Amino acid sequence: MVEEWRCSFAGLIVEEGASAWQLRYAFYGEGEASWVHLLVSAPLGEKVFPSVVEWIHAADWHEREAEDMFGVRFEGHPHLGDFVLHDDVWQEGVEPMRHGFNAQTAMHNRRPKVDWRPRRIVQEPGAFIMPIGPKFSGITESVHFLLETVGEDVIRSSTRLFYKWRAVEKLAEGETIEQGLLLAERFAATTAFAHGLAFCQSVESVCGLQVPPRARALRVFLAELERLRQHAGAIEEICESTALAVATSQAGLLEEELLRLSGALTGHRYLFGLLAAGGLLCDLPTEACSGTLERAQHILKRLNELEHRLSLSSSFLDRIEDVGVIAAQTAKDYSLVGPVARASGLSRDLRRVLPYSGYEAFNFDVPSEREGDGYARLRVLFAESRQSVRIMAQAVTALTGGGVCAAVQYRSGAALGWVEAPRGAAFHWVRLDEGGRIARYRIVTPSFTNWHSFHLAAEKFAFQDFPIILATFDLSVAESDR
Amino acid sequence: MSQWVLKGIRTGIRTTRYPREPERAAGVTPGLPRGGDFGSDAPALVARCLTGALDQTQGTVSVDPRRCVHCYRCVRGIEHSLNWEPSYEWAGAGSSSSRELGQAFRRSIHILVVDAGDCGACLNEVKQLNNPYYNMHRLGFFITPTPRHADVLLVVGPVTDQTRFALQKVHEAMPTPKRVVAVGACALSGGVFANSFVCANGVADILPVDVAVPGNPPPPLAILHGLLVAVGRKPAQRLVPAEQQAAAAQP
Repeated sequence: MVEEWRCSFAGLIVEEGASAWQLRYAFYGEGEASWVHLLVSAPLGEKVFPSVVEWIHAADWHEREAEDMFGVRFEGHPHLGDFVLHDDVWQEGVEPMRHGFNAQTAMHNRRPKVDWRPRRIVQEPGAFIMPIGPKFSGITESVHFLLETVGEDVIRSSTRLFYKWRAVEKLAEGETIEQGLLLAERFAATTAFAHGLAFCQSVESVCGLQVPPRARALRVFLAELERLRQHAGAIEEICESTALAVATSQAGLLEEELLRLSGALTGHRYLFGLLAAGGLLCDLPTEACSGTLERAQHILKRLNELEHRLSLSSSFLDRIEDVGVIAAQTAKDYSLVGPVARASGLSRDLRRVLPYSGYEAFNFDVPSEREGDGYARLRVLFAESRQSVRIMAQAVTALTGGGVCAAVQYRSGAALGWVEAPRGAAFHWVRLDEGGRIARYRIVTPSFTNWHSFHLAAEKFAFQDFPIILATFDLSVAESDR
Repeated sequence: MSQWVLKGIRTGIRTTRYPREPERAAGVTPGLPRGGDFGSDAPALVARCLTGALDQTQGTVSVDPRRCVHCYRCVRGIEHSLNWEPSYEWAGAGSSSSRELGQAFRRSIHILVVDAGDCGACLNEVKQLNNPYYNMHRLGFFITPTPRHADVLLVVGPVTDQTRFALQKVHEAMPTPKRVVAVGACALSGGVFANSFVCANGVADILPVDVAVPGNPPPPLAILHGLLVAVGRKPAQRLVPAEQQAAAAQP
């Protein structure tokens, strides 16, 4: 299916029903094959399922996560264990996503494996593992890298995530939709609006809500403002990783100005507290939106100038070209998303292939590159920023009168909500029970998807390129760890 | 290369004049709700708060900034709303009674930033302190990657179980005297992740906290204020309203 219909793997959603497991493998594609859900059901007593990683490599981490969370095993999976639940913190047999597990009380009497050691693959004489993190460098998120090396060149690297695991999916269970939205906005707040929007859209499809046109246009406007800001931040990171001081400052100025712009328009610099199931919590005046657009257009001009200057800086290009290459086939095998996938020729954008919130009415391009290296990813970021401002301009003209929030009537059921977040495709699966409370919440984030392939980009490289490869991937640990 | 030098010079100085003068640019802070007398509307207001940041006694609403996550439920979609204050000098004293840094550290400190389960926003706001608008170097604040050089430990996030060990080790490795600055609602109360099996309810559960900076996330100016409080260049704010403090003190 992945080959023939050219589908991408969206995610594995495991649900524990009253008497049976339900494993839902979701795929998305273009044209007629827009959504394909493969369902596997088995009685709760059954705890072993066949693994699909042999055919769908992108399901690798999903199966590892399900094994840690539910205690189900996937026969044929080459490497289970020590993923979300670290073996040096938790003992075997903890199954936190099972219904019987109480999420509110702290767990005492743990029996962790204190002698846990990372796996060593490289066996050459003189080979050693260089550990980086979880606390490393200046201002970085907590994540652990193991670089296997015999000296200057790193032969192989692996990433240990989930230090920051906050069990958002578990905490949301049994909560109201409003509480769920708080979590959706705040588990990865640099892209808060995108994730909040995905959550709202999934609740809206469960309850059959029609979002008023004004709210739809405002949502598009704000989502693109967030994308522009997040991309400016990513560009700053890339400049910083190559130690280009003035460019870092210039990008930093733009990011701060976009943060202030968001703050001045909506009250909050990261667009918290705007979304509600059914529309928006409050209206934004049209004049303020067009004022914001003008400022954004001015900022874009300076962003374009920055790109031009960077393209003339040979010392910068030397460091960023041909580093961290992701081949087109890898992007397909791993079902990569966002700017990382588009820089490797996998030009798939949910706003285009599966439009939501009225994106079908907007004119925009999906920029893509072929090289798959750090510079290609940087160019995609710049090109997407231009498209974002283009969409914002159309969204302002699309602002009609009328209300911004539909009345909410809860229904039980489940649905998938999706958005093209700044870092790529995000999927939120929400199941509501009869009382309008959340029974199951599953989040598949673009960072989780893209981290999976990161070790391939960080393979056989010179050690000093590591921060550059990391920066060009624009990965969020919080988004992946949930 | 000369193009960058020229560009840098042509851009000029954009840096805020804070702390010498207050910063009044739009969008520098999300603000915090301010309590007051709301009579019969008070119970409805308190009921709207999703994280228990609001409380009321006989119609007087009080705000616990440590719990506020800026959900705006007390101002948006409601008729009699709370006033929202565009302030940013929020940092207050934590519960720790450890030794102060002293005179020698007033002019320059090195800060170690540890992410203990942060959502990315607090960390991003700390990062903004390095951009030309805030440029914290001018105040003698430097980020260091190693605990051995650090005077101040700046922690963001509610402290997940899997980052706790690293956080404790980092704190132990710092030379004394040292201060701990907890930044953000999650680091102060657990925020939206409070009361969970997988993380603490803030840094104070693990380490002694000297300075607490509320906000979700606190804007760069609030974090800057927190650092100035940590070195004794600004007075600490009262975090909990007086009447609540008195109530807590009673057995």
